[in-house]
Amino acid sequence: MTDIAIKITDLNFSFEKLSILENISMLIEQGDFVGLVGPNGGGKTTLLKLILGLYKAQSGTIEIFGKPLKQQRKTIGYVPQYAHFNSDFPISVQDTVLQGRLGIGSRLGGYSKQDKSIAQKVMRETEIIDLANRSIQSLSGGQMQRVLVARALATEPKILLLDEPTANIDQRAEKDIFDLFKSINERMTILIISHDIGFVSDYINKVFCLNKTLVCHDASPVTSDTINTLYGGHVHEIHHHH
Amino acid sequence: MEFFHTLATQAFLQNALLGGILASIGCGLTGSFVVVNRIGYMAGGIAHSVLGGMGIAYYLGLNPFVGALIAALLAAIIIGTIKLKWQHQEDTTIGAIWAVGMAIGIIFISKSDGYNTNLMSFLFGNILIISDEQLFIMLLLDIITLIFVAVFYKQLIAVSFDMEFAIVRGIHVNLFYLLLLCLIAITVVLLIQVVGLILVIALLTLPAAIAKQYVHSIGMMMLLASFLGMLFTSTGLFISYEPDLPAGATIILVAGLAYFISSMVRSWRPFKT
Repeated sequence: MTDIAIKITDLNFSFEKLSILENISMLIEQGDFVGLVGPNGGGKTTLLKLILGLYKAQSGTIEIFGKPLKQQRKTIGYVPQYAHFNSDFPISVQDTVLQGRLGIGSRLGGYSKQDKSIAQKVMRETEIIDLANRSIQSLSGGQMQRVLVARALATEPKILLLDEPTANIDQRAEKDIFDLFKSINERMTILIISHDIGFVSDYINKVFCLNKTLVCHDASPVTSDTINTLYGGHVHEIHHHH
Repeated sequence: MEFFHTLATQAFLQNALLGGILASIGCGLTGSFVVVNRIGYMAGGIAHSVLGGMGIAYYLGLNPFVGALIAALLAAIIIGTIKLKWQHQEDTTIGAIWAVGMAIGIIFISKSDGYNTNLMSFLFGNILIISDEQLFIMLLLDIITLIFVAVFYKQLIAVSFDMEFAIVRGIHVNLFYLLLLCLIAITVVLLIQVVGLILVIALLTLPAAIAKQYVHSIGMMMLLASFLGMLFTSTGLFISYEPDLPAGATIILVAGLAYFISSMVRSWRPFKT
């Protein structure tokens, strides 16, 4: 029997009278590698922020491992969209990764020895250990993305939420980083936002298509009909023959 | 040189130099957060609202310092709350508080006879007439600021760097953000008495902005900004002394020139290598 990592029931969210999400219900099991796809403005990031507790839904519930979200927030690791980043900030890679340890242990003063050794471990895993003392201002898009993943891993989460983690990097780096996610997935549940449905399908075991409401989920095969509903009929279907 | 002779014998110049050094430490610490958070305009709004508080205090016959402190803290909390709750209204609010604060100040000053010149020196400060008591208050402010920053270093950086992530990690982001603004407010009020409004804004932003071009951590930025501030205030005092130029304005020009040169040097560098 598998545990339910995320259970969302009848979630509705609107912002300034504008309905953003309607009747969202979804189940994500422990160990899943879930892709959340859909058009821009379809509410993907909003749903992620609801799961993170950054927004409050008007109705519906979110349960994490069977408990209300509030008690479970610290089990979630978060990788925000790279594009929204203040990459001009004077901070080293290591100090950025250490922020994943916030809210754990002592509130006063600096980070503990244990925090630092965990930061070392996740920097090794994400292959940025050589950059530890570099300033984030000098990093490439792909390197910065790994720093943000390492920061989320430093939390030692049970669930990892990623918002368009490969939006700003080239395809080769994209494959490398997805291979990294695949190995991380062996120990935790992953929910990843992507607009590139073709690419993520090689890695994920479940997909949810979101355009204000859930258009499809893994049980239903993705047909040209669902894609039309999802993207509004402007997408040409391309068949892949492997 | 007359400057060094006077410095060795006269307490007023020693106090001026020491005052500049103490102001530089306070400004280096809080100014680094002003620069990385890009809230120079917010600090300007808080600083100018001080005039309103001082004007009312003068009119009511109270201590203008208390009026200034209340006005600055009030402005910091209003601006901070609006920034946190309704992000897109922030700019207008700062402008409103800036202008309304000064207008209130000017109305009340015009109705309280005899205090005008006194108030002006209070607002624009004079580094050459710092008292021992003021030096002591500045030292106290520096120590409190240093302790606050040391104890909550990681939280303050997390809030400045990525507020959303800090919320997810369970940091009381609103509390720390408002505390940071209140710290800026207190720094501004205490230093306005000594070096004047315009010099406070200059010392709060310019040394930290220069430091940011060379170092890669907030801690180093604070250290370098404090040191640069000391360098600018001392150099400014020295240059202004013999031609009898206004000391505050000379210090600002030294800092401004250093910022200009440093920015040029940093932006040219990539083309050289």
